[in-house]
Amino acid sequence: MAANFLLEVVTPHRLVASQEVDEITAPGAEGEFGVLPGHTPFFTTLKVGEVMFRAGKEERHMAVTWGFVEVLPDRVTILTEAAELAPEIDVERAKRAKDRAEKQLKQLRHEDKEFYSSMGALERAMNRLTVASRRR
Amino acid sequence: MIGLKALRHRIASIKSTQQITRAMKMVAAARLRRAQERIIEARPYAEKMREVLQSLSLRTNPEAHPLLMRREMKRVELLAITTDRGLCGSFNQNIFRRVERFLTEHHKDYAEISLTIVGRKGLEYFRRRQVPITRDYVGRFQETDYQAAATIGKDVVEAYTGETVDGVFLVYNEFRSPLVQRVMIKDLLPIEPLEVKSDYPAVEYIYEPSAEAILSELLPRYVEVQIYRALLESTAGELGARMTAMGSATENAQEMIEKLTLVYNKARQSAITTEMLEIVGGAEALR
Repeated sequence: MAANFLLEVVTPHRLVASQEVDEITAPGAEGEFGVLPGHTPFFTTLKVGEVMFRAGKEERHMAVTWGFVEVLPDRVTILTEAAELAPEIDVERAKRAKDRAEKQLKQLRHEDKEFYSSMGALERAMNRLTVASRRR
Repeated sequence: MIGLKALRHRIASIKSTQQITRAMKMVAAARLRRAQERIIEARPYAEKMREVLQSLSLRTNPEAHPLLMRREMKRVELLAITTDRGLCGSFNQNIFRRVERFLTEHHKDYAEISLTIVGRKGLEYFRRRQVPITRDYVGRFQETDYQAAATIGKDVVEAYTGETVDGVFLVYNEFRSPLVQRVMIKDLLPIEPLEVKSDYPAVEYIYEPSAEAILSELLPRYVEVQIYRALLESTAGELGARMTAMGSATENAQEMIEKLTLVYNKARQSAITTEMLEIVGGAEALR
């Protein structure tokens, strides 16, 4: 069995990563899952969260939003609307987004249509901050 | 004869106009390169999505999903993509003409045709006409990013599932080359059945949650991706059109400057000649 497999992370804006890795963990729709080489074909949607991938001893973290993952024995493709590697995250911007979303949420009630979009914005901002804190 | 001073002013004014058109041409050219790259960068995402949808439709009953289901088309909507800024030749006019042709050709086929407009120029044009405009997106998108497409996509899908419209067409300028744009009209909703390639590798996946659930999450995003691509094409096309328009404006200005300079020099020369004749004449008279 191959010792590693190819990971590709694609967003509408760019190819974020394309490299050989040994292990991945990702936030699936029904819970966090891990992938090692030779995984059985698996397909799931992603939720907002953190993707970790490891090549040798080097671990990298990435914040992702909605997307989906296709797992094949020798290849994993992640398609997501936005993906940022931890060092790329603009912490100031994420903080501003978090404040903005919190402010909006205070003025909204559960019935409002905007409530969920603000919740989503807050979730994404918090996720970015969490992932960014893993820089070291 | 126009006064010399007036001529000088005219030439100076054309020169400064020319500087502006030349600068605009260069800015458009520089941004065009970036816009072209983005079209290419968006491709893998869109292609992968299509591939996944195809493989999913093999495993589910695609007719079951509302975005794929065809119903009688009574109210249709045109989603027309125009620009916020002008000075890009006939770029927007081509869209207007296509939309109007659609209206005259199909006003009998559908009970109601409404418009959704992206771009200030389109809104300004159609506001004065007898066409209902359902929604518009003006000046909201500084840069074409995916978020813009997602916003439009969500609104369109909502209108479709809420049955305020039965079909949506996308009208936009496709980027062919920096010099050529072509107006395209495409079905956006209901989503056309995906032709399934028979040689598609039949991998048996474990789907989580079910294949149906994934399909229904994917379809609205597929609409967004199509809008995103149209926006990118339109942006690149706009820059190409502006580059061409500003290039010919710069050339026209050059031609005019040359013509006026010739007139100016002739006038100046004849003024000097007259003056000299007067001086000589005056000197002769004193002798």
